[in-house]
Amino acid sequence: MFGYYLELALRSLRRSRALTALMILAIALGIGASMTTLTVLHVLSGDPLPGRSGSIFMPRLDPRGLRGFDLSADLPAQVTWTDGVNLLNARRAHRQALMTGGALPIQPDDPSIDPFFVSARYTSADFFGMFDTPFRYGQAWSATEDEQRAHIAVIGSELNDRLFHGENSIGRTIHANGADLRIVGVLKPWRPVPHFYDLNTTNYGAAEQVFVPLTTSRAMRLTRNGGVECWGMGSGDEDHMESASCVWLQLWVELDDAAAVASYRRFLEGYAREQVASGRYDRPARAELTNVMHLLDEQGVVPGDVRLQVWLSLGFFVVCLVNTVGLMLAKFMRRAGEVSVRRALGASRRSVFTQLLTEAGIVGLAGGFGGLAVALLGLAIVRMQPNPAAELAHLDLTMLAATFLVSLFAALAAGLVPAWRACRIPPALQLKSQ
Amino acid sequence: MQIKPILAALRRHKAGTILIALQIALTLAIVCNALFIVHERIDRVNRPTGMDESNVVVVQNRYVGSPPNFVPLIKTDVQALRSIPGVEAAYTTNSFPLRRGGWSTGIQTKPDGTKDGLPTALYFGDEQTLKALGVRLIAGRNFNPGEVVIVQPQQRPAPPQVIVTKAIVDKLFPNGDGLGKTIYLSKGKPSTIIGIVDKLTVPWIDFDHMDNVTIMPLIFNSGYQHFVIRTRPGEQDAVFKATAKTLYGVNRMRVLSEKTGVRTFDMVRSSAYETDRGMAILMSVVCGVLLAITAAGIVGLSSFWVGQRRKQIGVRRALGARRSDILSYFMTENFLIALAGVVLGVILAVGLSQWMFTHFEMKRLSFTYVLVGVVVLLGLGQVAVFAPALRASKVSPVEATRSV
Repeated sequence: MFGYYLELALRSLRRSRALTALMILAIALGIGASMTTLTVLHVLSGDPLPGRSGSIFMPRLDPRGLRGFDLSADLPAQVTWTDGVNLLNARRAHRQALMTGGALPIQPDDPSIDPFFVSARYTSADFFGMFDTPFRYGQAWSATEDEQRAHIAVIGSELNDRLFHGENSIGRTIHANGADLRIVGVLKPWRPVPHFYDLNTTNYGAAEQVFVPLTTSRAMRLTRNGGVECWGMGSGDEDHMESASCVWLQLWVELDDAAAVASYRRFLEGYAREQVASGRYDRPARAELTNVMHLLDEQGVVPGDVRLQVWLSLGFFVVCLVNTVGLMLAKFMRRAGEVSVRRALGASRRSVFTQLLTEAGIVGLAGGFGGLAVALLGLAIVRMQPNPAAELAHLDLTMLAATFLVSLFAALAAGLVPAWRACRIPPALQLKSQ
Repeated sequence: MQIKPILAALRRHKAGTILIALQIALTLAIVCNALFIVHERIDRVNRPTGMDESNVVVVQNRYVGSPPNFVPLIKTDVQALRSIPGVEAAYTTNSFPLRRGGWSTGIQTKPDGTKDGLPTALYFGDEQTLKALGVRLIAGRNFNPGEVVIVQPQQRPAPPQVIVTKAIVDKLFPNGDGLGKTIYLSKGKPSTIIGIVDKLTVPWIDFDHMDNVTIMPLIFNSGYQHFVIRTRPGEQDAVFKATAKTLYGVNRMRVLSEKTGVRTFDMVRSSAYETDRGMAILMSVVCGVLLAITAAGIVGLSSFWVGQRRKQIGVRRALGARRSDILSYFMTENFLIALAGVVLGVILAVGLSQWMFTHFEMKRLSFTYVLVGVVVLLGLGQVAVFAPALRASKVSPVEATRSV
């Protein structure tokens, strides 16, 4: 029976081509626009560490001066050198890493290549294990090397390709502003989206290409980058960052279960109270543990424009659907005569209804294909934009399946009322009036 | 024109009538809000910086290596840039309008002020800065070369002389006697206002005090800086091409990045407002497509109605109705539906604008846009219905007798 409905539907669709094309086009544009913007939103608001982000926390304290004190305001998302080192050395979490951003001029051995800058991250040994960075060659450095301020580096795959043509470069040296760093590890391509561990340097940019122990970077005075928030007599003077009253480092800890979180929170609150008691902190003791997704949410990483575009495209889709309902109504009602003949010959209301919905379903599927084309085109246009997040906009399988399902359901829903009305036509009246 | 029979007829096509009205309402709500956003973005993109933006080339430079003092390198570079043929002025700085990165601080009017000062962006420069930027000095004088000081990275910049924008003096010294007054940009370090410029904007595109800028005569000892170059009219392209070559000729140990190394100010402006322009284009396209789809929907449904009523039209024509009567019947019918649609649409538009106001920190929709939207949609309906209505008016009176 379904085959017969399919044939009837195709025949009917072919009979009024302009109307059919218009319905398919409306659904395709609506779906395509919505899928494009939803994909962008999906990529931008994704989880940078799938499966792990729930156990990665940022300990936050309030070491600032009394000026501008506001209990309801968020705590800084960075820590001072003193607090960072204290908490790092306390080793109260499963893993912990202290870090800041930087930029290093790389001078290739080959004199024909001009020196170039790469972004760098100065951090401590646990960074790699905690964020599960994939290694192609070698491995992370150890806590001992942190203490020794070893002249070593882990480099990204892109830099390895550029300097060493992708070969195993363990043991070779990179020259950065007179500093010679021995390579101990090479990462596979790795890019957490968003760049959650330091939103000051970039929010959706690529991960750094050189990783150097934080202790080494301070000893060698490597160029530091990133947000610095100072108070009191603090100033962003590079030579005295360790003692300045400024927050400029990101601290992350890994806590595997609820008990570990509770215990670390108690420890952090105790630490804050000690600092107040010793007179280091002017403000009342406050301490918080924020996990990755909460931090991204709090910092409003996803641009407002992207959300606005999603709403706009959904509104657009609704108009397209209303339009399709109207056109289907016109199409089905025009066939009142045909429907009446079928009814008079014994077709039940139900079979007429099913037949009309089959027609709507075909429109939906065709709209899905069209929508896919529109979405692919839309995403290609998005990728042409120069901002760092744009290149990430790709349709994944979920969105692909969603495109078809939504399109099919939308068309069926649009066909519902018109089909119902068409199958309620009293056949006798129609036949008589013809 | 009789409206009553039209209303009576519409009552028999409730579903179609409601659908067209709803579509018009939604389209109106989206289109007038979207066009309002387009307008706001265009306004932003065209905001003046106070500079004379034509014939300006900017350079972003990083030296490689770590000498104790970068100042001699910087001075040599500035000299080299000034000697490029076609260059009128050049200087080194930390930032300039639309760079989207720079320094800011709070201005105090007392040496030991404790409240948050008036926020201002800081631009470093020298005696050629005003000329290179092309800003207008409205009071006081320019810096002279002897006033340019060297500032080390660990020092807070607060030279004895500064030039500020009119916005700052108006705010700090409302009596109009700001010239020659002393301000404090760092605790206990006085700076005298020696000049006032008409307008110059901060480097950021979202800042609460866009016109608060302080220009300081100083060279900052750092391996990372910018150069701003003003060329003679018509020589911008030549200077743009010669700049990188000249700088690499002076000293190879530097990085001028591929994308942001050497740029004309047009490039700076267009990259600063890239997302705004993208949003404006997207919104315009969406509006266009929405209007087209709505028009197509109206054509589709009206054609169906015309087809359905051929017999009635024939009867009316046989009873003496003229073609123009039939035409105006359909036009009026559409107008009435569209009118209901726009009434609902205006309510939706205002509601949508209110919602966006609370969720996206946007301004409230101006009523002009609603009005324009109403006119556009009523017009669109009339245009869309014209072809089907014309076809209806051509139905011959004979149709009345065609069927049993």
